Amino acid sequence: MNTAITIVLDGLVFSSYLFIVSVGLTIIFGVMKILNVTHGSFYAWGAYTAAFLIGLAANAGWPDWAGFAIIFLSAILVGLVLGLVLERGILQFMYHRDEVLIVLATFGSFLVLEDVILLVFGVNPYFAFQPMVLLGSVQLGGIARDTYGLTLIGLAVVLALACWLVLTKTRWGKLLSAVIFDREVSVAMGLNVTRVYIVTFTLGAMFGALGGAYIAPTVSVAPGFGIDVIVLSFAVVVIGGMGSVPGAMVGALAVGLVRALAVHKFPQFELFVIYAVMATVLVFRPEGLFAPVKARKI
Amino acid sequence: MLRDRTVQGLTVALVVLLVASFFVPSWIVNQMLFASARAIAVIGLMVLWRTRLVSFGHALYFGLGAYTVAMVSRYTPVTDAFLLLGAAAALATLLGFLIGFIIRRYRDIFFAMLNLAFSMILYGILVKTEALGSTDGFTIAAPTFFGMAFEDAQEGKVALLCVLLVVGWAVAVGVQMYLQSTLGRLTTAIRDNEIRVEYLGYSVERAIHIKYVLSALLAGIGGGFMALALGQVDPDSMVNWTASGELVFVTILSGPGSVAAPFIGSFVFEILRTYAFEWMPHAWQMIVGGTLLVIIFFMPGGMWALVTRLAGQRAAGGAPGMER
Amino acid sequence: MTPPLLEVRDLHKKFGAVTAASNINVSFAAGETVGIIGANGAGKTTFVNMITGYLPPSYGTILYRGADITRRPPRDIARLGICRSFQVSQVFTSLSVIENLLTAVAIASSPGLAMLRPLRRPELLERAEVILERYRIAQHRDQLASDLSQGARKLLDIAMAVVSAPRVLLLDEPTSGISSEEKTALMDVVMEALKQDQMTILFIEHDMEIVERYVDRVLAFYQGEIICDAPPAEALRDAKVLEYVIGTEVQPEARGHA
Repeated sequence: MNTAITIVLDGLVFSSYLFIVSVGLTIIFGVMKILNVTHGSFYAWGAYTAAFLIGLAANAGWPDWAGFAIIFLSAILVGLVLGLVLERGILQFMYHRDEVLIVLATFGSFLVLEDVILLVFGVNPYFAFQPMVLLGSVQLGGIARDTYGLTLIGLAVVLALACWLVLTKTRWGKLLSAVIFDREVSVAMGLNVTRVYIVTFTLGAMFGALGGAYIAPTVSVAPGFGIDVIVLSFAVVVIGGMGSVPGAMVGALAVGLVRALAVHKFPQFELFVIYAVMATVLVFRPEGLFAPVKARKI
Repeated sequence: MLRDRTVQGLTVALVVLLVASFFVPSWIVNQMLFASARAIAVIGLMVLWRTRLVSFGHALYFGLGAYTVAMVSRYTPVTDAFLLLGAAAALATLLGFLIGFIIRRYRDIFFAMLNLAFSMILYGILVKTEALGSTDGFTIAAPTFFGMAFEDAQEGKVALLCVLLVVGWAVAVGVQMYLQSTLGRLTTAIRDNEIRVEYLGYSVERAIHIKYVLSALLAGIGGGFMALALGQVDPDSMVNWTASGELVFVTILSGPGSVAAPFIGSFVFEILRTYAFEWMPHAWQMIVGGTLLVIIFFMPGGMWALVTRLAGQRAAGGAPGMER
Repeated sequence: MTPPLLEVRDLHKKFGAVTAASNINVSFAAGETVGIIGANGAGKTTFVNMITGYLPPSYGTILYRGADITRRPPRDIARLGICRSFQVSQVFTSLSVIENLLTAVAIASSPGLAMLRPLRRPELLERAEVILERYRIAQHRDQLASDLSQGARKLLDIAMAVVSAPRVLLLDEPTSGISSEEKTALMDVVMEALKQDQMTILFIEHDMEIVERYVDRVLAFYQGEIICDAPPAEALRDAKVLEYVIGTEVQPEARGHA
């Protein structure tokens, strides 16, 4: 019984983390049709910035709970700066080009930003455990769990609700959905797609950065931080359907729970099981589990 | 065949390089080994690239080829380079053939991602399996050539290089001939208008399947050679998505203009890697990323376009529209 | 009585709530030239798409030379002898005109392993050049297909469709996008070139003058159904056709009933 609880909890925590990281990616893909490899950079920069600033704050004698504010501020800062730089500096010149070429450009940007991290933050790992330590632990299913990890679930739920509300209830959200569904028609209807793109990309960047920033207190933030998360979030987005927020939720849950199961019961399959699911979804439903229908061509 | 200018050029290059390999210092021999091994794999990716297909997971076949050589060499009495490479080629081709049935239905980003997924499955399996070396991988004993063993490691390397150069030449010539054939020319036709090709009576999926198997075969051979050249295999450098990324990078760097391009691009990549690592170890990724961006923005024809333009010719691989 | 070359029985097609085709029953004999008319959205292109295998019908059968070809893919149907041109010309934009035709000729005449033979070989080049001449686009021989004028592109599109000497040729709005003066010129070239081959030609067309000039039979579509199937003289004066296709307001006395 305890193992079951552990698996479910671990799965939920991991799913929440995946969702937070992937929702930005799926929105960017849905609106702009770009599979943004640089998402790994948003994540890594979010983590580094948060860890760095939390360390500074701790040294300056600030209270530990300031760490939480710093996490969100870092996410916003990183998302804004990197998002704008990337979209205005590189992506805006590529919208008319092949989508695979755009992915390669984002891959190039990712590589560049990885080394810039080394230049800015150095090669030594950062530790910023304060917020996690602050929240202590709680007894669940007979084992003490980090409360911090559980708050991740809360954050994911809040994010998911916020996204749903914005997309379905606000005018802006409906515009976004329109562009996701059919860009050409949206342009024809007079939508300022450039503005939509800038906002979408920056927002997606902030979400990615938030994922990194929030996870920073639980790990050592070191070079190469962003690399693994890229392929994982691709898997989530592919499974759920590119461009679908509920899809990202389902994808995150699927990957998270399956992985938790694998880690605890079949550790030798841990790595490959996620990609097996991704491959399976791609084979049977390449548009993902929640994807819009496509229209006729000739 | 002999009247084709590219074939002539390739043959001259082969002779020159073969002779040179006996005289150049050992570090150059190593560079040429790595560059040529990778180039063979990149030729396969180039054929796909011309069809507007990019795979983010060809390290699957590259790594499979490498690991096949390593495992056969370690667990069987076989030491002959040709047999080892043959096994690598056969396995890679078989896997490519099987996966090809699924992958031929996809395009664009889905094609890229599905390949990635499959390659990460192999990566996951290798990393978690002790018997397959896990993250450390394992070393490979120097191979024999038709029964000949080389006492001197360096001599062995030169022998390997000669074999590799000849195989590389054969591959390049073969692919060049293939690209002149109707099936080969379909790369551009499919890229431009799949519907039209179908309505003319040819199955686009079958054409893509054939090209995919070809690319798997070449990646497998390249990986096999790489394993022999390095003397070791490990998942991170040969099967991880970063390895696929390297292959894609060299493909773009080389440009799709000619079968000779991958050799040039590969060699540049190798030199870049060696020196960048020595002088600026923390800027290697930046250089690769920056180069990728520069090429995408300013030099879509890659190094080949640059080279031919400098040599004063138009960057055309034979007929208008042959390159991107 | 010889069986029809191409026969369509009970063809239906629904896209969700939209009926694109219903109750289509029609046959075509060898050598006929048929004009297909109808307002936009009436189901003409859907009809062509179903016959050529691009769209599977919801139900119904399509018979060609007696054999059931329903739901077979376009490449099979092309090989069997039914070819088409497109409303928006589908050509290979980064290849030259001669290469476009060479590709078509090569695919049509290279079974199996012959696909590995060089593309630019003399016998294929010869055939391609002949077709270039017939369609009066020889002057564009080495131009990139993307550089061609609309009219030349259409001609190339049609030329590629006839390379394999099909028995049935479906032309989807061959003169659309072309100025009125050039329309007749284009159709003259096409019909002249096609005359040599005894094909059954079905073409979708909006210009009634063109229809009257070249066809022996008219099929009128409206909301997915065939509302008239008659020689042009009759069809173009049919009340339903006038109302639903041509759009002329019919005077009460012309209707001929109380």
